Amino acid sequence: MAKIVAVTGNEAVANALRQVNPDVCAAYPITPATEMMQRFSSFVSDGKVKTEIILVESEHSSMSACVGASAAGGRVMTATSSQGLALMFEILYIASGTRLPIVMPVVNRALSAPLNIHGDHSDAMGARDTGWIQLWSENGQEAYDNAIQAFRIAEHMDIRLPAMVCMDGFIISHSIERLEYLEDDEVRNFVGEFRTLNPLLDLEHPVSYGPLILTDYYMEFRKAQAEVADKVARVTLDVAADFEKLSGRKYGLFDAYRLDDAEIGLVILNSAAGTSKDTVDEFRAKGIKAGLLKPRLYRPFPYREIGEALKHLKAVCVLDRADAFGGSFGPVYLDIATSLYAYKEKPVLINKIYGLGGRDYLPQHAELVLNELVEIVKTGAVKSNKEYIGVRE
Amino acid sequence: MKLKNWKEVTPGAVITEAGSAIKFKTGSWRSSKPVWIEENCIQCLKCWLFCPDMSVKVKDGKRTEFDYEYCKGCGICALECPGKKGKKAIIMVEEGK
Repeated sequence: MAKIVAVTGNEAVANALRQVNPDVCAAYPITPATEMMQRFSSFVSDGKVKTEIILVESEHSSMSACVGASAAGGRVMTATSSQGLALMFEILYIASGTRLPIVMPVVNRALSAPLNIHGDHSDAMGARDTGWIQLWSENGQEAYDNAIQAFRIAEHMDIRLPAMVCMDGFIISHSIERLEYLEDDEVRNFVGEFRTLNPLLDLEHPVSYGPLILTDYYMEFRKAQAEVADKVARVTLDVAADFEKLSGRKYGLFDAYRLDDAEIGLVILNSAAGTSKDTVDEFRAKGIKAGLLKPRLYRPFPYREIGEALKHLKAVCVLDRADAFGGSFGPVYLDIATSLYAYKEKPVLINKIYGLGGRDYLPQHAELVLNELVEIVKTGAVKSNKEYIGVRE
Repeated sequence: MKLKNWKEVTPGAVITEAGSAIKFKTGSWRSSKPVWIEENCIQCLKCWLFCPDMSVKVKDGKRTEFDYEYCKGCGICALECPGKKGKKAIIMVEEGK
């Protein structure tokens, strides 16, 4: 029986972690993820979980401790945001290259400088090519559900890759929503017993982690890792199907909202997708065929499936809550553009950068963009390929 | 040794075979090599103790010739060697001379 609660996103994910009951958690506090780990450490102190919590001196150390604990053979998690994720950067690659299924909620926050604590996606976007799986979450419910599913995906014997669960800082992490919790035993049965692969602590079968791999083997390991990435989409869908049986909530690789017969569409991650869906409904009510695609599995990027879902549209705007400085367009735009490149018939694609440093994304922003797409379809003229919106000119 | 392809390598480059470093021969790294002068050797085995690799071979409690397949020429054995009456039992000689 589901339990209905009113909780913050951080509280919901902390509860998911309590229900999973991992072996080890090494964490360092950082706004806005602090509350999640604070709540989790209370579960440890109160004996609600058997997790060994390691309070470290930095995020570089927290990820390093997670790597050690995971290699030893434990089910391991941590959580971070922004500068914390940036400080982990070196070890993120070691976790993925060593194929350690660490699960890490990332409460998305802008990067310094200028110093800012609010929600944007520049932290996780910087880590998008580190080899970690990334699941993105529209609201507290999806963050809770993704956190539970992330363990199953990461730990799957065909995968064994670390996974980030992304959710917007403050907008989701600190806002109270109505949520449905699963029962503790339902979650425990869903994630199952942790299965080890070549654990360091199996003294009967000694192994070495982290060897030097030179020119004669490095490419073979990288090719093997790339092939594993190709399997993540299938496993994500299998896990989502099991999760639907348990919870009644359906998840895919992405959320296609009123997209089947759409002519214009938005592509947007996380909480702003919720805002945009209301505006899409308003346009539909006016007889305009608008739709929306919200990526959920953002890494590995399911470009074939997303290309198929978008190719029939006439005009699409990709909204990025991070810019790729010195690159051409925002990071999500680049992925969508490559997904559509193979098709002869494809939508006109434009890019808007919005909501940096937690700047509000309002229904009128979605309206502005959808109206621009209507004009593009009508006239064929594109006034700007990439533009910041919600900024003072 | 036949090299494995990408389908045959272990996930995460974990080495599951104990003691497999013996297969990785590193002697070609050396720019100078230790030479053992047996008449100056007192068989203290300090060279065996200090060798960071496995280049000093011991048989029946006594050291024998160097195994140059693993010797990188670090010179620790020559430094530590007490020798006999002021004469070193291990000296470093530049390779290719």
